[in-house]
Amino acid sequence: MAVGLPENVFLTRLDAAANWARKNSLWPMPFATACCGIELMATASSRHDIARFGAEVMRFSPRQCDLLIVAGRVVMKMLPVLQRIWLQMPEPKWCISMGACACTGGVFDTYAVVQGIDRFIPVDMYVPGCPPRPEQLIAAVIEMQEKIERTGTLNGREFVVRTKPTGPPPFDVDELRRRREAVPVEGLEIYDPPRVQ
Amino acid sequence: MVSLAELQAEFGPEIAESAFRDNRRIHVPAEKLYAVLAWLKESRGFDMLVDVTAVDYLEYPGATDRFHVIYLLLNMSSKERLIVKTALNPPELELRSVVPLWKGADWMEREVYDMFGVTFAGHPDLRRILMPEEFTAFPLRKDYPRKGLGERHNFPVITRAES
Repeated sequence: MAVGLPENVFLTRLDAAANWARKNSLWPMPFATACCGIELMATASSRHDIARFGAEVMRFSPRQCDLLIVAGRVVMKMLPVLQRIWLQMPEPKWCISMGACACTGGVFDTYAVVQGIDRFIPVDMYVPGCPPRPEQLIAAVIEMQEKIERTGTLNGREFVVRTKPTGPPPFDVDELRRRREAVPVEGLEIYDPPRVQ
Repeated sequence: MVSLAELQAEFGPEIAESAFRDNRRIHVPAEKLYAVLAWLKESRGFDMLVDVTAVDYLEYPGATDRFHVIYLLLNMSSKERLIVKTALNPPELELRSVVPLWKGADWMEREVYDMFGVTFAGHPDLRRILMPEEFTAFPLRKDYPRKGLGERHNFPVITRAES
């Protein structure tokens, strides 16, 4: 090309520029309900210092957040709240499911604990552990950044194709078997949860 | 020290007593429960209600009644403790509320109602306290399966494309 660029100008794609900005300013929404929340706080504190990855700005309003970090078990009374928070977060947004309880329900396989938030809200990254070390959460944030850089687009085109839930269907075969074998309670009406707006 | 003889003299011979280690338990029929508790508070100085709880004895070996509702009392001046038990069988799962005697019974009775479905007549605000309002079962009953009846899965699923 005959026209040379000045030294302080570089060319890139708009997607790449947006991804570069977004991945280095992930603002987390801490949804900390249990001991994973303590590790999340430790991750934000000076020793582990999540600010090195541009994710130190814990916003306690979902309207200002990019990254939902669900740390801890979610009970059925809390799930409508979690779904509402997810819906209130502006695009583009991502979700990290932190710890065994948020991913699968963990040891809390009881009537009131949701068996993995990925059944009801989309999840991008799972962090195993009970609770995970701050290093693991930092690794997840770094991997989240790489994922954003790799797949992100300016207008969120990569989200449109994700029309299926990330988790298993809420009623899997095992659950249906358990329901069949359970002793029925007389006069029990079907549980009608509050609708999410 | 409240003796069984004075309880029986006051309320009739169906008041019984049992002991486990250093716990004294007074067994009271449900219709006399409020009177006994009121007498214990007014005349014998049991001014603190430590806890109200219940047990489901379904399929329990040797059990004759389905539910026991248990009141744990404490006399703050003499440090005496007393356990008052009453038996309930469905379908009459109703007791008189003791909130007029001890205000602290409010949330305890709500919890017993939430977990076991025992209702308390005269309670000022008998709502569920732990489970969501829309929940219909009583989860600490023994015939309720440990993993629930699908309530924890009965939520709308949000996919990434629609959020």
